[in-house]
Amino acid sequence: MTSSGLAIETSGLVKTFGNNRAVDSIDLQVRAGTIFGLLGPNGAGKTTIVRILATLLRPDAGQALVLGHDVVHAPDDVRSMISLTGQFASVDEDLTGYENLVLVARLLGLSRAQAKARTRELLHAFDLGDAADKQVKAYSGGMRRRLDIAASIVRTPRLLFLDEPTTGLDPRSRNQVWDLIRTLVAQGTTLLLTTQYLEEADRLADRIAVIDHGRVIAEGTSTELKASIGTSVLHLTIRDATQTAAARELITTRLGETVHVEADTDTITVRLSDPDRAVLVLNELQAADIALAEFSLGQPTLDEVFFALTGRAADNAQ
Amino acid sequence: MNRTTAPGRLDDALRSTPEMQGSRATGAVANVLTFSWRALLKIKHMPEQLFDVIVTPIMFTVLFTYLFGGALAGSTSSYLHFLLPGILVQTVMFTSVYTGFTLNTDISRGVFDRFRSMPIWKPSPIVGAMVADMARYSASSLIVVVVGLLMGFRPEGGVPGVVLSILLLDYFAFGIGWVFTAVALAVRTPSTVLTMSWLLLMPLTFASNIFVNPDTLPDWLQGFVAVNPVALLVTAVRGIMNGHANAGDIGIALLAPTIITAICAPIAMWLYARKR
Repeated sequence: MTSSGLAIETSGLVKTFGNNRAVDSIDLQVRAGTIFGLLGPNGAGKTTIVRILATLLRPDAGQALVLGHDVVHAPDDVRSMISLTGQFASVDEDLTGYENLVLVARLLGLSRAQAKARTRELLHAFDLGDAADKQVKAYSGGMRRRLDIAASIVRTPRLLFLDEPTTGLDPRSRNQVWDLIRTLVAQGTTLLLTTQYLEEADRLADRIAVIDHGRVIAEGTSTELKASIGTSVLHLTIRDATQTAAARELITTRLGETVHVEADTDTITVRLSDPDRAVLVLNELQAADIALAEFSLGQPTLDEVFFALTGRAADNAQ
Repeated sequence: MNRTTAPGRLDDALRSTPEMQGSRATGAVANVLTFSWRALLKIKHMPEQLFDVIVTPIMFTVLFTYLFGGALAGSTSSYLHFLLPGILVQTVMFTSVYTGFTLNTDISRGVFDRFRSMPIWKPSPIVGAMVADMARYSASSLIVVVVGLLMGFRPEGGVPGVVLSILLLDYFAFGIGWVFTAVALAVRTPSTVLTMSWLLLMPLTFASNIFVNPDTLPDWLQGFVAVNPVALLVTAVRGIMNGHANAGDIGIALLAPTIITAICAPIAMWLYARKR
């Protein structure tokens, strides 16, 4: 472990593909033993950052230290302490689950007997025992993810990269993966997690960096981020659309909340510092005789976080 | 929620393993053997992979022996003794293209991200695949020899001659494999690998002494055959199989794959390190 207690430390990290600055001067500090979330839409540069830190890509400029070792100058030292679970299954589809884990175990220096024992133990712990002898191409998305994570902890890494671990999973599989991640980190492994879901970063990560166009546009604990963008979002649709402007005026001036009207739907979005304040908003509207067609209260979506931070919608086009 | 991952079991599983050691855990040879095991497992799961290394050479041997034998050598039997060693070389040439083809598909999959981020000898995934291919070539060479025996092939070099020939073929395959590996890493799609490899392969294979004695060729073509590594290998294998090998032929046949490896292996590894 480094004397600074940092598992990851980058400064001025840049990676360019053609004209696209996929990573544009990134400075990150991840404390050892914590979960750090990189949150952003598709194409924001999250995966590129992970690939640089996992020694798969060379940065064009800047420096990255992983567990005290430079990723460019000492990649072997870095590789000896990390595991990567990539965005697309980093397991071999043609082999069985059992064979995949034995393969990784043998490469990490376990003897044949140790590798078999460890594989059986992991398959059991990840509830893949019944599918052990099936080719991975026959696995469901959730099973594949579990096997992928199992392959990453055949030996316990000091730092684990999970690139979008729950993208494309159904809610039940997602909950299973979350449970797994929490158990892992309770054992002291540092985790760098990328995700498109605010909820996922919120539930798992100690600190979150919001990434947009290769830059960190906000960083802090989940609480800090929410303080800047509001913990919850109230969506209101006014029954009489002509009253929308009046409703907006009322909420802004009387309650001092940040309000945004979505042009195409006439829906008012109110970012609340505290979900309890939703009641005040509803009371004000009722007192002013503004009737509602619909309302809902929820966590801000990634889009809303982006709107709050950048003043524009998240750009998922890339 | 039906919680299938029992946290207790997972806790135990996590506790029971040592941390990664902070150094490479195993040697290069162990890594290579593990990756050749991976390649052999793939054959186990997809035995149809063996089709082209087995059926094609049998087809060539049977077809060409009876088709050209009378016209080119006066009898099918004497042509068989001329042709069979050449067919073995041709098989290795043709199938080593698939080493590159397979690698190109394989490397674009997510599992290579894992391999490349692991503390292992860097070339081991590629070298391991090539070592497994050598096992495939040995198997297919043996099958061709058996088919030949059934057709009347009687190698004067005997069993040692056949074994030595196969070892020489494997060494050559390892060398030539680096060319196609480099091609596979340099281009984007598997079909481009095939096209480029065939462009390289056709003149090397057919402008050689596999099918005919080069004495009747025009001078310029004879000049090419004289330095064509495929022809040099055919001469050596033919010599060993038919019991009239000389050290010079074998030495020259060994030289070509050695030079190819010395040049193409570093290029391939340079391309591999920069892939994506």
